[in-house]
Order: sequence, then C-alpha cells, then structure tokens
Amino acid sequence: MEALGFDVLLKGNNMLRLLQGLGVALKISLISVLISIGLGIVFGMLVSMKKPAINAVFNVYLEIVRIMPQMVLLFIVYFGTTKSLGLNLSAEAASIIVFSFWGTAEMTDLVRSAIISIPVIQYESSAALGMSRLQTQVHIIIPQTVRRLIPLSINLITRMIKTTSLVMMIGIVEVLKVGQQIIEANRKASPNAAFGIFATVFILYFIACWPISQLSKYLENKWAN
Amino acid sequence: MEEILRVEHLHKKYDDLGVLEDVSLSVHKGEVIAIIGPSGCGKSTFLRCLNGLEDIQDGCVLLHDEVINPCDDVKKLQKSREKIGMVFQSYDLFPHKTILQNVTLAPVKVQKRAKAEVEAEAMELLTRVGLESKKDNYPRQLSGGQKQRVAIVRALIMHPEILLLDEITAALDNEMVREVLEVVLALAKEGRTMIIVTHELQFARAVADRVIFMDGGNIVEEGAPDEFFDNPRTERTRKFLDNESFTVK
Amino acid sequence: MDISAITQYTPLFVQAFFLTVKIGWIGIALSLGIGIVCAFVMYFKIPVLTAIVRVYVELFRNTPLLVQLFFIYFGLPKLGLTISAEVCGALGLGLLGGSYMTEAIRSALEAVPASQRESALALGMGKGQLFGLITLPQAISSSVPAILANVIFLLKETSVFSAISLMDLMFTAKDLIGLYYDTTECLVLLVIFYVIMLLPVSLIGRAVEHRARFAIYGD
Repeated sequence: MEALGFDVLLKGNNMLRLLQGLGVALKISLISVLISIGLGIVFGMLVSMKKPAINAVFNVYLEIVRIMPQMVLLFIVYFGTTKSLGLNLSAEAASIIVFSFWGTAEMTDLVRSAIISIPVIQYESSAALGMSRLQTQVHIIIPQTVRRLIPLSINLITRMIKTTSLVMMIGIVEVLKVGQQIIEANRKASPNAAFGIFATVFILYFIACWPISQLSKYLENKWAN
Repeated sequence: MEEILRVEHLHKKYDDLGVLEDVSLSVHKGEVIAIIGPSGCGKSTFLRCLNGLEDIQDGCVLLHDEVINPCDDVKKLQKSREKIGMVFQSYDLFPHKTILQNVTLAPVKVQKRAKAEVEAEAMELLTRVGLESKKDNYPRQLSGGQKQRVAIVRALIMHPEILLLDEITAALDNEMVREVLEVVLALAKEGRTMIIVTHELQFARAVADRVIFMDGGNIVEEGAPDEFFDNPRTERTRKFLDNESFTVK
Repeated sequence: MDISAITQYTPLFVQAFFLTVKIGWIGIALSLGIGIVCAFVMYFKIPVLTAIVRVYVELFRNTPLLVQLFFIYFGLPKLGLTISAEVCGALGLGLLGGSYMTEAIRSALEAVPASQRESALALGMGKGQLFGLITLPQAISSSVPAILANVIFLLKETSVFSAISLMDLMFTAKDLIGLYYDTTECLVLLVIFYVIMLLPVSLIGRAVEHRARFAIYGD
C-alpha cells in the first residue's frame, strides 16, 4: 500500500475531500447542462425556422465552439473579461459561462436536427386531423424531439464532467486540485502518494462517467426507432 | 440428362424452430426449376443452403455426388461456389467499385483468370444485357433494374454450372421487373440450369420446366408448369394459387 | 491594443505553436495505430485480447486527458518509470485518442452490410479476400468522417499540455499574462494560433462529410 501511495487515502479526511472535489465537478457540469438544454431548446426552435440571417449567426457560433479548445475559452472569459469589461468573475462563474456556451451550441444543433428530422408528413397529418399548430408542437413534435435528445444529452454530460478537470487550471478546487494538495501535504510522509492519488482520481472520474455513458448507450439502443 | 445437384432429406432449424423439413430435390443439366410459395415458407433459406450460406442440421447437398453441405473443408466449399452462382434480391453490387470492376473482380481474384480475357468477356456479357455503356459508372448511379442485370452478369462470368436466383425482382419497381425477367428468359433459352425462387407466377409458368410449391418448410407439390397451374393436385396449392390470382369467383 | 506587444510575443507563440503541433500530430498518429490494431482485434473477436481492448477503451474514454497526463507524468515515476513531458504528452494523447479511434474504425468495419459479405462469399471469395477487397475498403471510406472528428478533438485536447509544464500555446499565454499583464494581446494571439491549427482541419472535415454523404446518398 505504501509503496503505491494509496495509504494517503486513509489519512484524515482525504478521501472525503477528494469526493467533495468530484462534487464540485459534478455541480458545475449539472448546472451547465441544464442551462444548455434550456437555451438549446429555445435556440434550436429558433434556428429550425430556416431564416438565413439566424442560420449564419448560428453557424459562426457553432464553428467557434467546434474549433476553440475549452481551455482557451476559459482563459478568455476568466482573464479576459476582467481586463476588458472590468468584471470580476469568480472562477466558478466563468466555468459555468464557458461550459454553457459550449453546451448550448451542441444542444441547439441537436435540437435543430431533431426537429428537422421529423418528417413533414407528421405536420400534415396532424393538420388533417384538425390539430392547431400549437397542439401539433406540444403533442407530436416535442415528445419525439425530447426522446431523440435524451441519449445525446447524456453523452454531453459525460463530456462535460471530463472537461471540468480543466477548471483546476483557473484555480477551482476540484478533485484533481485536491489531489495535488494532498500529495503536496504528504510529501515527506508518503513520497509515493502521487501514484495512489492520481490513480484514485482516475478511477473516480471513471466511476462518475462510465455508468452515465452506459445508460446513454442503453437508451439509444432501446429507442433506436 | 446429367444430374448436377442433388438434395437429400434436408432438415434445417433456427434454434428450435424447424424451417426446412425433409426436402429432397434432383436438378439436371439444362433444367429450369421455379420455386414458389407464401412468404416465410423457407424457399430463400433453401436456396441459401445449396451454396453453403446456411448450414443444415440433417441431410445433405451433393454437387456431382460430392457433399458440399454440411462441409468442414473451407476450400471445397469455396470451390463449389464457383460452380453454383447466386443472385440476391438486394443485388448488392460492391459500391466502391465500378460496374466493370464489380464484374471482373471475382474471376480475376478467385479463379485467377487473365485480366484481359475477363474484361473482354465482361464487356460481351454487359452488352448482351444492354449495359455496356455503364461499365465505368458506380452502382449508386444505376437504377434497381440495371443493378440487378449487372448482378446477373457478375454471377454468369464465373461460368457456373447452375444459377440460383433468389427473388431477384422482389425489390424492383414494376417497370424494371420486365427488363430483368427478359434476361432470365434468354438464359433459359440458352439452356442454363437454374433454380429460380420467385413470386411472379406468370413468369414461373413461362420459364420453368418444373414448378415446385413450398409451404411451411416442405415441398407440397411439384410438376410441369401447365399441369401445375391448371390442375393443382393438393388443396394447399389450390388455395395458394387462388389467393394470388384475384379473380372474382 | 498594443501592436508592439503583439509583434514582440508572436515569435514565442510561433515556437509554442510548433511544439504543440508536433506533439499533437505524433499523438494522433499513435492513436491511429492503436485504433487500427484494437479495432481489428475487436472485429475479429480475438479471444482474451478483445476483453483487454474493451477494458482499455472504456477506461480511457471515460476519463479526462488531464487526469491521464497527471497519472503518467507524476504518478508513474513513483514506480520507477520516468518519462519526459513531451513523451508523456504524446503518449497520453495517443492512449486517449486510441480509444476513440478504436470505436470509429470498429463501427465502420461492422457497418459494412452483411449482404456484401454474402455476395462476396457466393462468388467464391475466401475470408481473406472478402476482408481485403470488400470489407476494408468500404470501412476505410466510411470511417473518415469519424476519424477527422477525432483528430479535431485531439488537437483541441493539446491545450492541457501546459499542465505538465510543456511550453505550448496555453503555457506561453499564461506565462506572458502573468509577466506583463498584456492580457488582451496574449489572448488575441492565443486565439489566432488555435484557429490556424484547427480551422483547416475543421474545414477539411466538413468537406469530407459532404462528400461522404454524397457517396452514399448521391445528392
């Protein structure tokens, strides 16, 4: 145990602190995903109206998110806004803004293609049955859209959770940073802590993400129609 | 007439479900046999047993008195497939190859024939089915009927002794069915040995020397076409033929 | 905006750019190699190895690169395995990327319709010919969009290399901001260089996706 540095986990409340750090990651991801889903649905419906101006703006937005590493966006929002906008954003607020920016782009794209993929014939048959446009949206379109979105949104959560590891670079004390702190504190007592701690962090992230991605695969297969 | 293929008491199951029960058949050179029957009666499965795409649990398939199914010898099975050509309902041309390449691939790679000779024959066959101008096109650029004619050519160029045709017009639009059936009729006139699974009853009547009716996994009745269609002997055959004809009684 | 600052910093960014690109593409090449081998193992269902590959893929797809890098760079030396930061970066990227490439290649192989297999077998082809002439060529072209998407993803992931003290673009930016407080100028340069690194690949990716859709649907 000592040779691999796992003994550090049992000291004091180290394990608890690691778990709390993971909790920070999960919290940021969850808030960002919820914002992304909400905004994504709204924007998705907007964009699916096929107005060229809206499409152009959206495509630029999407390309920015596609190309820019999240880390760069974090730097821009956290360091950049202080300088140019005079805002003093907390690191946590900055991360939520960046993650939501990213997540909203993806969700908008998903919602748009989900809406577009519903065959026109469904709008026509609902109209033929005398349903109003609102009724068509509520009873026919939205339930199907939501169904298609769920496995993909779950996939997004998994990726967000993994990306939250980046926020340690702007000072947020999440699980990786806690790990570093523990290793630092135990430098003399447990020289091999780096192995055990980082292995544990590795496993913690795996435990956080894997079940969710399995759930996503299961749902995708189940709802393959 | 020389017997080419013989099936003896073939039994096939999927898990516990019996799909083919005690099917026996003898095919002679130059014979055209049409197999008809309701969906799910096992006729396509039967065809696939003949060239080893499906394995059988009992009985055997013999090509020139040699057992090819069940067969553990992979090489033997491969060789037998050169003698038994098959065309599928879904044509399945290779999408990443041109029409000419589709036709010449197997003769060159499997039979190791010279490329020049194969290409010459390929062009001759394509011309016969009216598709020589499409030789450099890709499958996605052809219609269903055209693709099916290419699939037939692809099977013919292997010089098979017997040709299996599995519902080859089932996936085609009506206008294209005719062009494919005419190719098959021409092949029959040439004296090709063929087993044709089809639901085009009029065509079966026109092209076959023998018609076989399958239902529920076994052969219910067989006979010469005129006799078969005009005077079916069993009740099941009669019911099936009546169903298919839409005449008001 | 201070133009002189920008001209002053640009050479530093260029240097960092080349380092990032170098390690990035080595990592990507490694990931393709791993991906091909593992995808073949899974496709041919080789016993024992398939299970190992599956574990590898799940482990690396569900953990962040940053954690993997820390583990390799700080953790492994405790077992006696010391690796330079550059090798660690390429290795981490390769292992992470390998898990994604495995999935992309494997699903492309399995997406070749079974009916293609039957047509080839009915023509007398052996298993080797079937794989080499029919399955593999089709799988290669259908896997390109997914592979390109992975390449873009991996190039973006290189932004975490600064965490293990590699003097890449992020490191340079953070360093200069810390030293001179020319935040805006540094961030502008940072964005420009990442755009240079990623925009070409992204555009190629979109073009290929269009062509792939054309090849399948013909429109």
